[in-house]
Amino acid sequence: MPVTLRIPSYLAAFAGGENSFLIEGLPTTVSAALESLWKAQPGLRDRIVDEQGQVRPHINIFVGEDAIRFADGLATKVPADAEILIVPAVSGG
Amino acid sequence: MPAVRHVSAKNGDVILLVGTMKGAFVLRSNGARKKWDVGGPYSIGSPVYAMAFDQRQGRRRLWWAQQSFRWGTVLCSSDDYGKTITEPETYSVKFPPESQLTLKNIWQICLGRDDDPDTMYCGVEPAALFESHDAGKTWSPVEGLLNHPHRPKWVPGGGGMCLHTIIPDPVNPKRMMIAISTAGAYRTDDGGMTWQARNEGVRAEFLPEKYPEFGQCVHKVVQHPSKPERLFLQNHWGLYRSDDAGNSWKDIANGVPSDFGFCMVAHPHDPDTVYIVPIESDEYRCTPEGKLRVYRTQNAGATWEPMTRGLPQKDALETILRDSMTTDTCDPAGIYFGTRSGKVYGSSDDGKSWRAIIEGLPPVVCVRASLVGGGEKSLPRRRAVTEKKKTVARRTSRRATSVKSKSVRRARAAKR
Repeated sequence: MPVTLRIPSYLAAFAGGENSFLIEGLPTTVSAALESLWKAQPGLRDRIVDEQGQVRPHINIFVGEDAIRFADGLATKVPADAEILIVPAVSGG
Repeated sequence: MPAVRHVSAKNGDVILLVGTMKGAFVLRSNGARKKWDVGGPYSIGSPVYAMAFDQRQGRRRLWWAQQSFRWGTVLCSSDDYGKTITEPETYSVKFPPESQLTLKNIWQICLGRDDDPDTMYCGVEPAALFESHDAGKTWSPVEGLLNHPHRPKWVPGGGGMCLHTIIPDPVNPKRMMIAISTAGAYRTDDGGMTWQARNEGVRAEFLPEKYPEFGQCVHKVVQHPSKPERLFLQNHWGLYRSDDAGNSWKDIANGVPSDFGFCMVAHPHDPDTVYIVPIESDEYRCTPEGKLRVYRTQNAGATWEPMTRGLPQKDALETILRDSMTTDTCDPAGIYFGTRSGKVYGSSDDGKSWRAIIEGLPPVVCVRASLVGGGEKSLPRRRAVTEKKKTVARRTSRRATSVKSKSVRRARAAKR
């Protein structure tokens, strides 16, 4: 089963209007899944990670129900049929 | 979400760009500058610290920096006053990975010289200068400043470690002055390869050494293009003037209620005239005595006078930030400023009288004005008239000399 990756509706404008993607090739980490996503949708990269490849501070990424910031970050393992969810954090002012 | 309105403009109109903590607004008026149409907000919800209007080569291009706390900072543009917006797929202003820096904000968008119409500059946080030579499509950091040996000792001011002022020299294409909080003013004379601190005489109140080579918290530097050797500087405590392109600075805080402040603008036509809004104390940072007063010098800082007509003089606890004041190029000049309380005031008579243009905006962090079709750096009308008068006077003088010479020759010939 490919990994499913979902993005918030705001970002769909930079991904051909799509907000859900099937990542083929069985990526084993979040980092590998995102690299596949950047290749297919280059407009998403700068909005999700900074120049140093780090996830922007007010963005949360979940593998299933687990936030990667409380796991191994971008090195967090991705099960074969996982769903990766990218959501804006509850922050601002 | 608020409804978004749009304005359109024709030659002779004045465009006022207002960047706020919750988006950008575009205001339009005719040359009288009494009534304003309001367009926007654009980049809703995002701080917009920098805006610019590029009219070179017939463009009518708005630029602004959208600083989303979620998605990062991106340069946006529009060729139809915001109706259609270009937000690039991949961000154009970003640090190279080897720098180990990440872009936090864009504080300044500066157009290059008129004879270099595809050049633009951005001043960013953390402090660095970016340049584009293809009208804003691609950008790269100026390496000489990015790798400056002073960089490890630069520290952030209250707003962050930002490069907020960019002054390309109007005569010498290799020269540019920039200013960083908190590092001070730096100048290059070799097109950006090397940069020298230019802070001699500028006091750093908050450091053990009061006159260091660098480390001053300069808030704004301005220059009049007709007198490029002269610069004015609003410091974190201190008002200064340089008559030697920044090599040295003299204190000109003569008769102001406070020499603390953020904003400063030069009159578009008179190199001796500068405007500021003094702020009370480092800790309080509001207008002194609750009076909103613009101070103007017309003699290069020898004296300053308050301009208050139309501005609240009671219970006006306002703060005007470093890029929240600007001028247009009309004659008489329009002077504009925005407050952290979301008001924008304007004067259409060189600052003699003021009126509130708009209230109830989010905190204002950037104000820019342009005469549509007038060109950012075109010869101002009053100066053009003055130049014309001077030319006529020179011709008359030459004719007079010629007539005098002939009559003198005739008289001498008669004597012989």
